[in-house]
Amino acid sequence: MESPLLIFNDKGIYCPPADIYIDAWRPVKKCIISHGHSDHARYGHEYYLTHPRNEPIIKHRLGKINVETVEWGEKFKINGVTFSLHPAGHVIGSSQIRVEYKGEVWVFTGDYKLQNDGVCAPWEPIQCHSLITECTFGLPAFNWRPQHEVMTDINQWWKENQKEGKTSVIFGYTLGKAQRILKHLDPSIGKIHTHGAIENMTTVLRDLCEFPETNLITRETKKEELLGNIVIAPPSAHGSPWIRKMVPYETAAASGWMAFRGARRRRAMDRGFVLSDHCNWHELLTAINEFGAEKIICTHGYTDIFSKYLRSIGLDARTEKTQYEGETLETEKEAV
Amino acid sequence: MKRFAALIKRLDTTNKTNVKVNALAEYFKEVSDQDKVWTIALLSHRRPSRPINTTLLREYAAELARIELWLFEDSYHIVGDLAETIALVIPQTEKKEDEKSLTQYLEDMIWLKKQDEKVKKSYLQNEWKHLPYYERFVFTKLLTGGFRIGVSQKLMTRALAKATEIDEDILAYKLMGNWKPQTISFKELVLDEKASDYLSKPYPFYLAYALEEEPSDLGSPEEWYAEHKWDGIRAQLIKRNDEIFLWTRGEELVTDRYPEFQKIKDLIPNGTVFDGELLPMINDSIGSFYDLQKRIGRRTVSKSLLEKIPVILRTYDLLEFEEKDLRETAFAERRKKLSNIVNEIAHPTLGISEIITFKKWDDLKEIREEAREVKSEGLMLKRRDASYKIGRKKGDWWKWKLDPMSIDAVLTYAMRGHGRRSNLFTDYTFALWSENEHGERELVTFAKAYSGLTDKEFKAVDKFIKANTVERFGPVRSVVPELVFEIGFEAIAKSTRHKSGVATRFPRIIRWRKDKKIEEANSLEDLKELIQ
Ligand SMILES: [Zn+2]
Repeated sequence: MESPLLIFNDKGIYCPPADIYIDAWRPVKKCIISHGHSDHARYGHEYYLTHPRNEPIIKHRLGKINVETVEWGEKFKINGVTFSLHPAGHVIGSSQIRVEYKGEVWVFTGDYKLQNDGVCAPWEPIQCHSLITECTFGLPAFNWRPQHEVMTDINQWWKENQKEGKTSVIFGYTLGKAQRILKHLDPSIGKIHTHGAIENMTTVLRDLCEFPETNLITRETKKEELLGNIVIAPPSAHGSPWIRKMVPYETAAASGWMAFRGARRRRAMDRGFVLSDHCNWHELLTAINEFGAEKIICTHGYTDIFSKYLRSIGLDARTEKTQYEGETLETEKEAV
Repeated sequence: MKRFAALIKRLDTTNKTNVKVNALAEYFKEVSDQDKVWTIALLSHRRPSRPINTTLLREYAAELARIELWLFEDSYHIVGDLAETIALVIPQTEKKEDEKSLTQYLEDMIWLKKQDEKVKKSYLQNEWKHLPYYERFVFTKLLTGGFRIGVSQKLMTRALAKATEIDEDILAYKLMGNWKPQTISFKELVLDEKASDYLSKPYPFYLAYALEEEPSDLGSPEEWYAEHKWDGIRAQLIKRNDEIFLWTRGEELVTDRYPEFQKIKDLIPNGTVFDGELLPMINDSIGSFYDLQKRIGRRTVSKSLLEKIPVILRTYDLLEFEEKDLRETAFAERRKKLSNIVNEIAHPTLGISEIITFKKWDDLKEIREEAREVKSEGLMLKRRDASYKIGRKKGDWWKWKLDPMSIDAVLTYAMRGHGRRSNLFTDYTFALWSENEHGERELVTFAKAYSGLTDKEFKAVDKFIKANTVERFGPVRSVVPELVFEIGFEAIAKSTRHKSGVATRFPRIIRWRKDKKIEEANSLEDLKELIQ
């Protein structure tokens, strides 16, 4: 029997006939990168291949690297294997990767969501035979509300804190969540301040998308300037000395995990907004239906439960271990 | 219901006490009187009994969510809370037209309990379908019980005091007792002042702080009485209008659980309230707290248990006599009356905690050292001219406990803490060495302990736990046995319920023994030697 078109080895997802990796977690020669989050775009590969909108992101993160880019839908061949990238709707520049060889089509979703967030190119379904999908939130307990409702809540929360003379501090991942929140904040309420890590990433992304004005918090920033305004910070800033400048403040986290009451309490947040850049249960099922795949491989998230469910509805589904983290709850950094 | 759900959400999203009090006070000002009564009932453990068992709840929820039961169960395992799981997996499908009040929902629940399964199912599925997410969650919580939103009865009382401008202590008194939300109005419960309503009502307990300084700092010994501090349950025994009522410190009416007091009912004059300690008697001497525990949970007591472990009240104060509130009179005077009446009743079920006479503080020290021999935890110091106060107050009453016994044990399991420490693993389980039937040394769990470490130490232990997790069981993790802690406890007794064969009372972490390897931790045999 011939080897599958994509295999999982100790370095990453490998395509033997093309001798190229996808989102490898150990240094390799050639690697296609789905998106800029650190568990997918790692250090140390000799050549990176990705979408042009992801290029400035990974260069910002990884420094000097060899990057080639290819537009969405543009087919290119390596050793007779046809590759193309397609929007994943996860964060700016995120792609799904389509691989075709001898009439057989595979798709690797990377991280993805179906809801249009107004920041990145929306997800597109791709017909395929075999699908490698994430399932970070592959549990029927996850159901996202429409983004505009959540953003209305966030703006409302900001206004209420302002009324009480407090600074609003909202935590979201540096790439993706931070800009998604920023894009939909209502600048008529007050000023938007940023933590350094987020300001730097946002500066990179301003060439790719329009965002409201932000003000970097520096050593010179005075407490009074922040009062009543909103601060966007990475999750790692929670509980650090940096946040003392914001006193009196209210904290909030924006994450899919905030669907669980316990998760908000465990992170000791005043508020939790359920906002994720990953598919929820129904989005995953909708996507899988549209991919039309015969074989499904679940990588990160609730893989066991989700693949068991897929088998229970008659699909050929299994799991593979990877080092992708999805959106994490346990660690300080909300990886992705 | 919308308003109540909003309240719960607000309470759930803050850790700040004053925010909680304000949110509750505002709520009390806004809602109907009957909703107020039900809210007070819910926040003081007076919820109606569960109308449905959780097995059926799960089935109905899974069916409505169109998922198989295994998938529901797996989700529940991850979410960790049944009501929350149900609220999450069921999408709201239909808009609700009419809004039912909290009272209506609770009346529904009382009604629902008596219905057959078909009615229960259609009622629940209909409500779930119509309620928006958070109301669906709160509604389901009402069915399953246990809100855990950090609102104690005391905090609720403070909020109610704020909303009604009635004195907090008076409210605490009013809310005690055996009232039913179904049959009482807010006016009757809170606003009206009627003596007859207070028939069963105990007085708020006066509680002592632990003595931290030397007793000699309290002044002259002549101003003080000393008594033993008994290791039972604090209780008030009330006789009014030919009825007897027994209350424990958790403000729980437990008369039915201790039928032995019915025997002395006729011996106690009406209008009498004793304050004392419930203690188990084994062969005419005081048993251990572990013996008492066999009685505490039992709502109905078998005849044999009643014979095996009879319970007595060892009194130490008289709060009401001849229908007069004595709390403002001096302790010495109350004690005199108490000993007169207890002597007159002369029944073994009603004892008295003897006053210990002492001339010098040093005499008392010696007596305290021997406290364990008479099954006491140490001494109580009470000022002779003190009135009986409300709640925990400093100054007139002090508990002067024995230093706890201690043992070095190994950390084996950990669970996340609550409140401020909810992001850390702070609830630990400890084990001691024991030899199994094959002659091998193994670690056997003997106690859970919570407090006693500094924040810095908690952080370090937390880090260790996260890096050394062996297995996860829901919120609990087993960890590599490596850390040794000194565990203190105040009493110890044999137990058949515990795997270790030993039950400890009030175990707490004394310190982290970084200097010790696990091989140097104590054994179960060492622990058993401490049992007297
Ligand atoms: Zn990602």
